[in-house]
Amino acid sequence: MRHRKAGVKLNRTASHRKAMFRNMITSLFEHERIVTTQTKAKALRPLADKMITLAKRGDLHSRRQALAIITKKSITHKLFTDIKDRYINVSGGYTTLAKLGPRRGDGAPLAVISLIDLKEKAKKKKKTRKKAAAAPPTASKKEAAKAEEAPETKEDVSEPKVSEES
Amino acid sequence: MAVPKRKKSKSKSRKRRTHYNQTPPTLVHCSQCDEMKLPHHVCPNCGTYRGRQVIDVTEA
Repeated sequence: MRHRKAGVKLNRTASHRKAMFRNMITSLFEHERIVTTQTKAKALRPLADKMITLAKRGDLHSRRQALAIITKKSITHKLFTDIKDRYINVSGGYTTLAKLGPRRGDGAPLAVISLIDLKEKAKKKKKTRKKAAAAPPTASKKEAAKAEEAPETKEDVSEPKVSEES
Repeated sequence: MAVPKRKKSKSKSRKRRTHYNQTPPTLVHCSQCDEMKLPHHVCPNCGTYRGRQVIDVTEA
């Protein structure tokens, strides 16, 4: 049984999978955003978080632990100096995913995984708070729709779905 | 072993397949550019998702 076996296999052997994730995590920290399949992107998130946690700890042991995963020394250095400092006040959830739709050729659903931009996140927080405040009077949805302009109502239709997913 | 006695006629096969329908993909209007796009996906027209510029669409 598969009980309590977390993670995905991705039709690969253990060594293949390990090598692939090592390469992916190195690329992610090198370029800050990578395009891959949705499944791989989702599977990469916990590993990325662990790497940043190691970087925040910042001692020699954690640096060696990170080097055991990240394939390039220069990228580990970047992680422990540059990337780490951005997330001092954040605890987890350092990456964000955006779906791109099916890939041409094999139809695999693609996604962009990127290290979060904290400035944009702060902006979004304000936005969601506003939305949460505006959301409760949904009983008078028709009245709200009347009061708002036409494009606003369209946004109303699409936005709640988006928030459900995250 | 039990086997079919007769070949299924074209009519029978086709009648069975009348219920093979394709469903159109669900689409929503992009909140930025109002183009149709897949829900929960980056808009292929303007490259934004939840108010954030995710992909560069100028190359195309």
